Amino acid sequence: MNANVAKPTAVVITSPGTNRDHDVAFALELAGAQVDRVALSVLTKRPEQLLDYQMAVFAGGFSHADALGAGTLSGLRISNGIGDTVRTFVATGRPVIGICNGFQMLVRSGLLPGSLTHNASGRFVCRWVTLAAANPDRSVWTRNISSAIQCPVAHGEGRYVADPATIAEHQALRYVDGTDPNGSVEATAGVTDATGLILGLMPHPENHVLERQHPRYLRGEAAGLALQLFRNGVDHVKARG
Amino acid sequence: MGNRLEVTEQSARETGVRLASTARAVLGERVAGVAAIEGSALYLLDRVVSQAEAELLTRSLVDPATQTAHWSTVTAETALQPGTVEVVLRAGVTDPVGAAFEQAAAMVGMAPVRVRSGQRYRVGAESPTDLAAGRYAIEALLRNEIVDELFATTVAQARFTTAPDDVTVEIIPVRSLDAVALHGLSRTRGLALDPEELVALQDYFRSIDRDPTDAELETIAQTWSEHCSHKTFRAAITWDDGTQVVPLLKQLRDSTDTIAASFVRSAFVDNAGIIAFDDRFDVAIKVETHNHPSAVEPFGGANTGVGGVIRDVLGVAADPIATTDILCFGPLDTPADTLPAGVLHPFRVRQGVVAGVADYGNKLGLPTVAGAVVHHDGFTANPLVFCGCIGLRPAGLQLEGQQPGHRIIAIGGATGRDGIRGATFSSTTMDATTGDVAGASVQIGDPIIEKLVADVLVVARDARLFSAITDCGAGGFSSAIGELAAELGADVDLDTAPRKYAGLAPWEVWLSEAQERMVLAVPSGHVAALRSICTDHGVEMCDLGSFRNDGQLIVRCVGSTIVDLPGSFLHDGRPQRQMVASHPTAPEPYGGRNDDAIVANAAQILLAVLAHSDVRSNEDIVRGYDHEIMGATISRPYQGAADDGPADAAVLAPVRSTSGRGLTIGIGVGYRTGDIDAYRMACASIDEAVRNAVCVGADPDQIALLDNFSWGDPRRPETLGKLVQAVRGCVDGAAQFQAPFVSGKDSLNNEYETAAGTCRSIPPTLVITALAIVPDALRTVSSDAKQAGNRIVLVGGHGVDLRGSVLDSVLGIDGPGSVPGASVDAAARYRAVHQAMRSGLVRAAHDVSDGGLLSCVAEMCIGGRLGARLNLVDGSLPNGVVAALFGETSGRIVLEVEPSDCDAVLALTGGEVIGSFEHEAHVVVTLSQGPVLDVGLADLLHAWRGHVVFGGFA
Repeated sequence: MNANVAKPTAVVITSPGTNRDHDVAFALELAGAQVDRVALSVLTKRPEQLLDYQMAVFAGGFSHADALGAGTLSGLRISNGIGDTVRTFVATGRPVIGICNGFQMLVRSGLLPGSLTHNASGRFVCRWVTLAAANPDRSVWTRNISSAIQCPVAHGEGRYVADPATIAEHQALRYVDGTDPNGSVEATAGVTDATGLILGLMPHPENHVLERQHPRYLRGEAAGLALQLFRNGVDHVKARG
Repeated sequence: MGNRLEVTEQSARETGVRLASTARAVLGERVAGVAAIEGSALYLLDRVVSQAEAELLTRSLVDPATQTAHWSTVTAETALQPGTVEVVLRAGVTDPVGAAFEQAAAMVGMAPVRVRSGQRYRVGAESPTDLAAGRYAIEALLRNEIVDELFATTVAQARFTTAPDDVTVEIIPVRSLDAVALHGLSRTRGLALDPEELVALQDYFRSIDRDPTDAELETIAQTWSEHCSHKTFRAAITWDDGTQVVPLLKQLRDSTDTIAASFVRSAFVDNAGIIAFDDRFDVAIKVETHNHPSAVEPFGGANTGVGGVIRDVLGVAADPIATTDILCFGPLDTPADTLPAGVLHPFRVRQGVVAGVADYGNKLGLPTVAGAVVHHDGFTANPLVFCGCIGLRPAGLQLEGQQPGHRIIAIGGATGRDGIRGATFSSTTMDATTGDVAGASVQIGDPIIEKLVADVLVVARDARLFSAITDCGAGGFSSAIGELAAELGADVDLDTAPRKYAGLAPWEVWLSEAQERMVLAVPSGHVAALRSICTDHGVEMCDLGSFRNDGQLIVRCVGSTIVDLPGSFLHDGRPQRQMVASHPTAPEPYGGRNDDAIVANAAQILLAVLAHSDVRSNEDIVRGYDHEIMGATISRPYQGAADDGPADAAVLAPVRSTSGRGLTIGIGVGYRTGDIDAYRMACASIDEAVRNAVCVGADPDQIALLDNFSWGDPRRPETLGKLVQAVRGCVDGAAQFQAPFVSGKDSLNNEYETAAGTCRSIPPTLVITALAIVPDALRTVSSDAKQAGNRIVLVGGHGVDLRGSVLDSVLGIDGPGSVPGASVDAAARYRAVHQAMRSGLVRAAHDVSDGGLLSCVAEMCIGGRLGARLNLVDGSLPNGVVAALFGETSGRIVLEVEPSDCDAVLALTGGEVIGSFEHEAHVVVTLSQGPVLDVGLADLLHAWRGHVVFGGFA
């Protein structure tokens, strides 16, 4: 790669309690982006700062300790503080991804359809799941994803609920091979907005970007690397020039 | 009177039915008629909001697709329906949910409103008796007297704290007291001081011709507490035959000095031990106990146990990367009516502790990667919670150290009345009133604040803004500042310390153990830069004063001097404790082992052993912990072909490290054999921790150890005798493996005094944590069998020791024989195993420990979803068949080796081939005279998940 070509710039947006910001920053760097971490509270004071970046990430964690329900307070902060700027960001073709708590925020802020509620088991669960792209061309993030992705989930409020029409139109990723950890409708693991630029998902692709992270790596298995998801985001930005 | 909002999940009914079923399982017949306990979130506002405001809040906070909102206005007299119970936090208890609601209201532009959060429960039952039973279930399982207020007849009232500041400084007359009155003072104020210490204290104040303030008395009690000063581990101990014992802490430190390992960066002097990791990083580790707080408030106790040990690692300027937890509870099937007064049911304790551990680690964003759970009757009244934390810091980091004039800066949480006197509380024996009087000892955790503090510290450390750092743990500012200022002295002004609420007395501010606070020494030129970083991260910071140069600790509050004491008296004025140890007598064995019956029932016994609470899978607990965050986890708690086999130890390969190295954490827990032979138990625990690390690929020559002793009252000579023996075992074990101790912690006085005055002590419990380097993280070895046809190689010989085994526990006896101790030549054997691993000759490795050889091989089969065939030759078994199958002798590892590599591995390790892994999903054992056992994998798995109850022999 020509070192003179600037790397796409990504902003990882954090709230108090966000804790997978470093993991997703690592994944994005591996995928070829240059990453800054910026607090949501800073962006709500200067929303236009968001437009300095070419891609945006709402990272996972426990923003505000899940008080009032996962993503509620941060979602409120997004819709009251930077909702319009995010829409401008997307209207100018820039991709956005919300992972786990970031997905919960995007749903609560209305930027993505549907609802996320307590797992059917009533419990937080950390385990590996297998994902398939429901319709790869529907989202810039899932283009080229033809084989299954494997990565962990770690959440207590990840059960996706929406009406059949919404699922039919917006489902981007689903749990396969019986790995649905939370009882989501139609095994929905991730959804896209109508433009295909905003993706929200409960699982953590940022924790499977190295082969050695696979839980059966020690048995010689190394399938379903999730790095492609981040590469797709970066490639989309590069293709826009 | 204000409004209230109830938010109910659509799944409330389902959750409520599940909860009622749990209640029936735990509480039995009494709640048989309770069909459901449905909950709603409750928000109590301090004012009436308008219709428009209520609609705005509902729109903002409630998801109509999954929740329903109900607004109401009530008065204090509004009655509750029978079977409805409301629970709200007591005044002064931190309420992050209420605070979040206040923030949300502000965000949507509402005028200020104060909010307290709670829960409203509706019991699903028909008869008044069952409704009352439902309330009992709520009190037993969902509410904690100490932090929650329960309303069952009229609606809940919010408790906003509005008390004015208490500025009283009490002078406590001590100079005039006789010995009896001094002891009375110690008892009524909960000082937990020895008679000799009280005299030293009195002599000191007589010498300066005044009486102490309340704050001074509390400061001395905290500084001299067992928790903070380790007076037993520093005591002059004499055996009852008159021979002297080298003080225990000195023995451990001397052993580390003698080993003189080149990889040790810091041992025993800092908040955490530190060893070299690679060219870029050193690694810090600490393991703490939080036993007493977890007994009275399991969630909060365990929660802040995790928070506290993470701060220990922050306290050596390291970035935390993982946590561990070892939990000891009473049996889950303990009948509720046999519990001593004031003791929570083991189920309740376990549920709360596990949730507390998960909550802190998950929210702070650390993987919980290693641990153990055991159950024993001795832990019913006094559960044990060991929390560990590992962190990385730049290799060779040196802080300048505090200097006269450097500012004393506190960052993090505000100070409240939480956790007052925890240091002295943890140094006493508990009884039925412990929960009541120790209410203030319960600390309330807020992992989000600690995460923000951790983020600030990384930036401040890399900018070299602070010269020294320590955490506020037990004893609060008194302990943190007291230790930093031990040599220099300090001028402290508490007026600037942010309070959670008004009403705190000066001594309470000084002693409060409010969580998530760190104390830094900062050159005055760097204060502004630090403040700016804190502001960016939303972390509170206050300047409490500066270091002096004359050793005097002077603390002021609201214009009064509340402490004025020299460090020399505080830190060196405590008379050394004089203690007597007696050689303990091992209990007589009872019940014999009928070898023929055991062999004849071997299959059934193996299933019972696998289902035993020390052996069985704890995956149901562990899946509630995030073990993936940070992406460094190579060896997970449960892994294998179906992600559910056991791991010997966690291995972490930090993603930003480029050395290819990994870290491993091996754990050895001893408690079943300490009353029989504490020396051998300590040797075996070290062997187990080291062996676990070696099994995953650790270099046996790069292992550091941590000790955690949880013991009964050491003033009982026999109890102390066992402690002395255990320390000697630790010293010998460290020498055997040339694995130095770098840190440790003792928790003594783990006893519960019943109303009748008898003491129930825990069994002597030792947790050894081995932190080791895996030279090539990508060569980590797991325990799951990989391939049918591969040979099963036993290294270290057949089992001999049966006393204190899981087998005996299953049989309900304490049979004769020896307990596991050190294994001769184990160090050389582990080096050989490591060499075989480095050469790529080992496909799987698993330690032979709890349950013995059969359960070891069964677990490897479960992990690999394969069968195994073992062929044992009777004549070659040194202590017979039963000891070979179920003995727990130390020093043994089972390896999986490809046939072509077998000769090389046998030559290296001196092991023997005892069988092979098979496609057929059965474990089959054959002796010279024929088959002994044939169990299907599905049955093994079912048992290992805890589903078998052994009924004994017919």
